[in-house]
Amino acid sequence: MRMANSALEANETFMYQVERVKKKNRKLSFIKGMLFLLPSLILFSVFLFYPMLKTIYLSFFLTDAKGATTVFVGWDNYKEIFTDSVFLKGMKNTFLFVFYTVPLTVIISLFLTVIANEKLKGIGVFRTIFSSTMGVSVAAASVFWLYLFNPTMGLLNKFLELLGAESIGWLTDPDWALFAVSVTTIWMNIGFTFLILLGGLQSIDSSLYESADIEGSSYFYKLRRITIPMLSPTLFFVITVSIINAFQTFGQIDILTQGGPANETNLIVYSIYREAFVNYQFGSASAQAIVLFIFILLMTALQFKLGERRVHYQ
Amino acid sequence: MSQVELIDITKSYDKQKDVLNGINLSIEEGEFFVLVGPSGSGKSTLLRMIAGLEEISGGFLKINDQTVNHLPPKERNLSMVFQNYALYPHLTVEQNILFGLKARKVEKREQQIRLMEAAEMLGLTELLKRKPRELSGGQRQRVALGRSVVSHAPLCLMDEPLSNLDAKLRANMRVQIRRLQKQLGLTMIYVTHDQVEAMTMGDRIMVLNEGKIQQVGKPITLYNEPENLFVASFIGSPKMNLGNAAFFADGNHLIIENQLHISIDPDVIMGVPKDRNLKVGIRAEHLFPGESKKDHIHHLEAVNVEQLGNETLIAFEVGSELWTAKWPGQWTIEFGQKVPVQILPQYLLFFDVETGQLIQSADIGKLREVVTI
Repeated sequence: MRMANSALEANETFMYQVERVKKKNRKLSFIKGMLFLLPSLILFSVFLFYPMLKTIYLSFFLTDAKGATTVFVGWDNYKEIFTDSVFLKGMKNTFLFVFYTVPLTVIISLFLTVIANEKLKGIGVFRTIFSSTMGVSVAAASVFWLYLFNPTMGLLNKFLELLGAESIGWLTDPDWALFAVSVTTIWMNIGFTFLILLGGLQSIDSSLYESADIEGSSYFYKLRRITIPMLSPTLFFVITVSIINAFQTFGQIDILTQGGPANETNLIVYSIYREAFVNYQFGSASAQAIVLFIFILLMTALQFKLGERRVHYQ
Repeated sequence: MSQVELIDITKSYDKQKDVLNGINLSIEEGEFFVLVGPSGSGKSTLLRMIAGLEEISGGFLKINDQTVNHLPPKERNLSMVFQNYALYPHLTVEQNILFGLKARKVEKREQQIRLMEAAEMLGLTELLKRKPRELSGGQRQRVALGRSVVSHAPLCLMDEPLSNLDAKLRANMRVQIRRLQKQLGLTMIYVTHDQVEAMTMGDRIMVLNEGKIQQVGKPITLYNEPENLFVASFIGSPKMNLGNAAFFADGNHLIIENQLHISIDPDVIMGVPKDRNLKVGIRAEHLFPGESKKDHIHHLEAVNVEQLGNETLIAFEVGSELWTAKWPGQWTIEFGQKVPVQILPQYLLFFDVETGQLIQSADIGKLREVVTI
């Protein structure tokens, strides 16, 4: 009886020790994990979380020209920007801009991708050309288009002249400016979209096409029943990223039009920049930034909700 | 009438060395024809050339007496089952099966009739509304077969269709495919690297190695009379035991791997040249247990024993080679034990060392192996 008791006791102390070692190991692996996360945590905190919180904070204040807070105004900044005609116009322009650029970029890129996926001699050259705009910086591309759009010596107007048409003030005519900026943006985004779509297309198993060939499918039947559905996850990704990018457009606006003429190309990010660094209204600029953030968040959420049903993941 | 005829077919990529060379072959209507060979032997390439997925570099391919070299796959009137099944992940089983019929614009009613027929035959009726990812490997395999069945094409090509299944399912599907082929009267060309599959399924087999035909014939013929060393060692499991051999000056004694001395009745080896080096082969089941037998007994050292339950595989060291014997029943043998083994000269196959060609096959094997009922 006593022996059994002491055996039980020994067992208990053993279990206790095991428990202690386990606990120690868990703690150690937690610390190790944190050490791996630390660099990105620090970087994110400094360059992302802190500015974000600071922006939310600023959006409730009026500020002086240096950005220091002066008066707490609560929701006033938000109320004001929704009656501000410039901001509302920027909002409308932004949506128009998304509507002009995203569908066209995706359709043109898809077309180029399908062509460039054919097994032909020298196709690599075309793939390089089609994806090359990805390697061009926004600034360089904008300057390049600035010359094309130049009203007197630009290539586009020279062309119109040859055809006997009237020259167009691409970047100065309110009817054309947003269109011109959109064309520039589409051209710039094709490289990235093309590359992603080509990657998606090449990951489709070739035996699906071979099998369809044997069963007697035509080219367009294969395109409609295999390529597009199999590419849908990639298309979904590209569309989401393109919309977010379009919402955040800044560089080409700054170089091509600076928001003009008559605020026709004043997209929301550019309007935020103007509010903060030209008008020195850091409070209301912050409020605009927060509104934009919420808009993008909602758009993306909506897209996932609607898009997910039509996307076929493997 | 031969359904598929290959006349001097060659294949080369970028005008380099030939991948396939001088393939002459004719496949009869309703035949189950198996192409077998190790990986890289060109068997899949040959199948894809018949399907029209690869260009034919030289020679002629005839289907139903018409040269089809220039025809695209869809005009060759055949169906094909791929190794990975090539099912469309975004379509249901039903849509997958009907994919080809819709592409060919077959009438809606006819589509449904064929679908039901195939689904019944393959036991897919319950699964028609599912997506491929919701199916097991065996079910996917059956859907792939269904696609081929509904096409009503008289010629069916299969490219290693069973290699993604586990062993038990594979044995099951072997029987199903074979029954389907007989039931529908299909001409089947079946590619595999598995010689067991080839032996069990084929009416005729073609062994391919490094782009050249090694032998074409019935499974039993390939087993009993392999035309060369490659076929001898490729067909059969465990593989045929091979060893270097030479005759003594008197011509009545054979010495194998400098170890086994076998006296041979000169009548048995009429056609075998006595004055040069040879390779001899003997099947595992022809190395008999030597207990209670008197003639041709050799004591060999057992280096490994595998118990299979109904039979025992014993590996012996013979010179530099490892020979395997397959004995019926259960044997208790220690590692390193000297075991008496009977090696009868009638069962020996003789090959030319240089060319690898068969000189003489086993006498007794030809007479006794096949039992016809």
